[in-house]
Amino acid sequence: MIEARNLTKKFGDFIAVDNIYIKVNKGEVFAFLGPNGAGKSTTIKMLTTLLTPTSGDIFLNNHNVIENPHETRRSFGIVFQDPSLDNELTAEENMQFHAVLYGLKKDVYQKRIVELLNLVELYDRKDSYVKNFSGGMKRRLEIARGLLHHPKVLFLDEPTIGLDPQTRNHIWTYINNLNKKENVTIFFTTHHMEEVERIAQRVAIIDHGKILITGTIGEIIQKADTKNLEDAFISLTGSKIREETGNVGLNQMRISNKLMR
Amino acid sequence: MNAIYILWLRQLKRFVRKKASIVGALGQPIIFLLAIGFGFSPIYAKAGGGNYIQFLAPGIIVMTVLFTSIFTGLEIIWDKQFGFLKETFVAPISRLEILLGKTLGGATVAMIQGTFVFLITLIAGFRPDLASLPLALLFLFLVAVLSSALGAAIAARLDDMQGFPLIFNFMVQPLFFLSGAIFPIKDLPPALSFITKINPFSYGVDGLRYAFNGANVFNPVLSISVLCGFTAVILAAGVYQFSKVQL
Ligand SMILES: Nc1ncnc2c1ncn2[C@@H]1O[C@H](COP(=O)(O)OP(=O)(O)OP(=O)(O)O)[C@@H](O)[C@H]1O
Ligand SMILES: [Mg+2]
Repeated sequence: MIEARNLTKKFGDFIAVDNIYIKVNKGEVFAFLGPNGAGKSTTIKMLTTLLTPTSGDIFLNNHNVIENPHETRRSFGIVFQDPSLDNELTAEENMQFHAVLYGLKKDVYQKRIVELLNLVELYDRKDSYVKNFSGGMKRRLEIARGLLHHPKVLFLDEPTIGLDPQTRNHIWTYINNLNKKENVTIFFTTHHMEEVERIAQRVAIIDHGKILITGTIGEIIQKADTKNLEDAFISLTGSKIREETGNVGLNQMRISNKLMR
Repeated sequence: MNAIYILWLRQLKRFVRKKASIVGALGQPIIFLLAIGFGFSPIYAKAGGGNYIQFLAPGIIVMTVLFTSIFTGLEIIWDKQFGFLKETFVAPISRLEILLGKTLGGATVAMIQGTFVFLITLIAGFRPDLASLPLALLFLFLVAVLSSALGAAIAARLDDMQGFPLIFNFMVQPLFFLSGAIFPIKDLPPALSFITKINPFSYGVDGLRYAFNGANVFNPVLSISVLCGFTAVILAAGVYQFSKVQL
């Protein structure tokens, strides 16, 4: 369903993603793990047509992503790591905007909006402006919006950051159902290993732009020779805390975006 | 089609919800009308030009539409910074639809703002020929679409508002001042005359003046063609710019 070959992204001299290979099968739940700044979001942006790779090929649902971005966009949905809501619109308006852009029929989206806003417990706030929401409420709305149309592939970039355990539980149950019932391929990143253990069928770990290992959770634990996935992750990527590197000027917006949340 | 509509609607909602900025944006045209309008009236009359407010009002209306449209187009930079542009750009819609939604939204907003200023010019003593109001609206709309598309095309490649003073002082202001909005473009020095002739907004101002006062320099059909032609070019450039956006 997704295949990336020799995928590389440079920002100036800095290599954010370094010649990686990824293959995700149809209907699979794939976890893309790595420490901060490893290149996860950059990879997802390339897979979802937002960034042009420096080199490499990407295929998604049999479309050549680089040559045919428009065709590709029909095949996937995405929940971004960074905020992407319109603060001047209400929760419901943000949902409607998305539904119309994705060509959903009115009766379909009206039903789903109610269902999803209930899922993330925002239904009673549907007419509030997003600018008045807390960080967690905004996050919940982003996720609800991302689940509105049921694509072939769903990208989730750290969907559950900043959410309480109850909400995380609801959301993963919903995503799991989407995968089981509609065979939606899931590609997600997270820093919570228990989420990976709960739902992922295959995992890739990336660090400094390079993929260190790909396989099932069992295979990875076995290769790293550790007790669980968390230990395997630390043993493979080292215990040093990461600093954001790369081109500071270009990166300023990204960092300020993170701070704004 | 629906995508264009929802993008247009979003623009309109954002505009209506910012009441303070609607009123704030009326400040500039009012100052122009008072300071330049009444300030130059006596000289203009002495020079045999007639009623200066009658001459200036269409220029001020075009100014309002031009500025409002360009700024609405430039709002894409904010969408980028707040992340909302990602939501629009991963959607399965063509870049042309995004640009058109944005452009028509900005143009509508600018037309509303232009209408307010039109009413103010009436208070200031402007007496237009209302029979050709539809033609006037057509010219205003063409100016609005052109400048809104221009703003969007420029904003597509900017990451922050740092370039804003540059755009404002070296593009928006010259486009306005060198359009014959505040002085007649007949009998100008050759260099200035040339510049006003290649400035598409001169044709907008002249067209509006033709509709309201029946006074014109260019053939109105030529004016409409020039505005449409420029708009087509800018839209094409904008779509290309949009296709290159990296988020
Ligand atoms: N637009 C950009 N310009 C310059 N450098 C960038 C840009 N975007 C990302 N980088 C750099 O590329 C590297 C990878 O960033 P990326 O966002 O992909 O990391 P990540 O794995 O998603 O990390 P996190 O877990 O913190 O989200 C980082 O060092 C980052 O600073
Ligand atoms: Mg990331």
